[in-house]
Amino acid sequence: MIKIQLHKRLHSAIGKMHLDIDLDIEPNTFLTLYGKSGAGKTSILRMLAGLMEPDSGYVQVKGNLWYDSKNKINNGPQKRSLGFVFQDYALFPNMTVKENLEFALLKNQEKDIIKELIEIIELGDLQNRKPTTLSGGQQQRIALARSLVQQPEILLLDEPLSALDQEMRQKLQHYILQLHKEYKLTTILVSHDVPEIIKLSDRIAQLEQGKIIKDGSPNDFFNKNNKVQEGEVIAVERDGDTIILTIRIEGRQIKTKIPASQLPF
Amino acid sequence: MPLVLPPTVLGFYLLVAFSPSSSFGQWLDETLGLRLVFSFGGLVLASVIYSLPFMVQPIQSGFANLSGSLKEAAYVLGKSRTTTLFKVLLPNIKPSLLTGIVLAFAHTIGEFGVVLMIGGNIPGKTKVASITIYDEVEALNYSAANTYSLILFIITFIILLSVYLINGRYTLLKK
Repeated sequence: MIKIQLHKRLHSAIGKMHLDIDLDIEPNTFLTLYGKSGAGKTSILRMLAGLMEPDSGYVQVKGNLWYDSKNKINNGPQKRSLGFVFQDYALFPNMTVKENLEFALLKNQEKDIIKELIEIIELGDLQNRKPTTLSGGQQQRIALARSLVQQPEILLLDEPLSALDQEMRQKLQHYILQLHKEYKLTTILVSHDVPEIIKLSDRIAQLEQGKIIKDGSPNDFFNKNNKVQEGEVIAVERDGDTIILTIRIEGRQIKTKIPASQLPF
Repeated sequence: MPLVLPPTVLGFYLLVAFSPSSSFGQWLDETLGLRLVFSFGGLVLASVIYSLPFMVQPIQSGFANLSGSLKEAAYVLGKSRTTTLFKVLLPNIKPSLLTGIVLAFAHTIGEFGVVLMIGGNIPGKTKVASITIYDEVEALNYSAANTYSLILFIITFIILLSVYLINGRYTLLKK
């Protein structure tokens, strides 16, 4: 069980923002943090990993406090057992694929895990290549494998697939899901790709301006069963042959175009 | 500061500081047995002080061009700051390190003011090529000055050329 309570004043692109998060995460959950850029998703991951210090709050993992502002506990990133996959992969260019994975080994840790991971991500043929000579998808797989060498129980993924094309994305989603199940991970993903989120997550937390505005299963979110939603038309504008309708659904405004011939006026 | 300070000024103050009549120079002489004034050792030390800043700039820009997530990735993998520096950061700024070292070296070869001040231009001991060129010109011995100049010219050219070749190969390899 992971318990997080984080408060931090952030300076985002939109301006000052107060991040205020309270989350309990069950083991083996695949949680997605979903929201616009600048909502504070990446900051949450960074605070979990110890790469950014919150103003106050706590991070408790399986009863151990990693961060607690009251007791002045703040473990560095080195002391937190988790895997982190960065948006830009962060592979070490001076090392080969295999060396990148070996670098991640703990002292006295057996090397078996590296073989196993290379097999799962199917990169055996490329293990002696430098990462810069590989494609984005291959690099992402290495980053994923490297984050799991120490066999952490928590995996943090910061928009891992945003730079990849659709086909590669689907392939990698498959790898992520496989690793998540195989190693019984608690995974926290940052993403704003809806099909990806539906495919991967057990639970979604939607962020806006540093607050969680909605928290539930993918079904609660994206109306998989085509539930009819109610909305309110708040404006009708005519633009030549088309009509622009502004509709409000669940507090959000959507504009849609329809041919003018469909309306009686 | 040594970047903008006129070399003669720097040399003069180093000379004053290292001279046995100053308290620092006296301390050096008595406790470490070092005589830095008008000696080759002093000349080297002064050149280091003068040229080191020229190394800092390329290395700094090398670090700046490195993605910050490399450092963070190493930290998350449990690596200490020192391990991260030597295993991850420094190996990935090799071209900048080389450029820095060579710039500092080339800069030192031609250095005049500091070396003249602290070394004192003693033949066979602290007389360097750049000062010799000046001496020969002053003695109207242009052909000797030309020889020395040409040698310095060729050395600097070769150094610069090899830096470009090595760094060019490195960036090609990266691609």
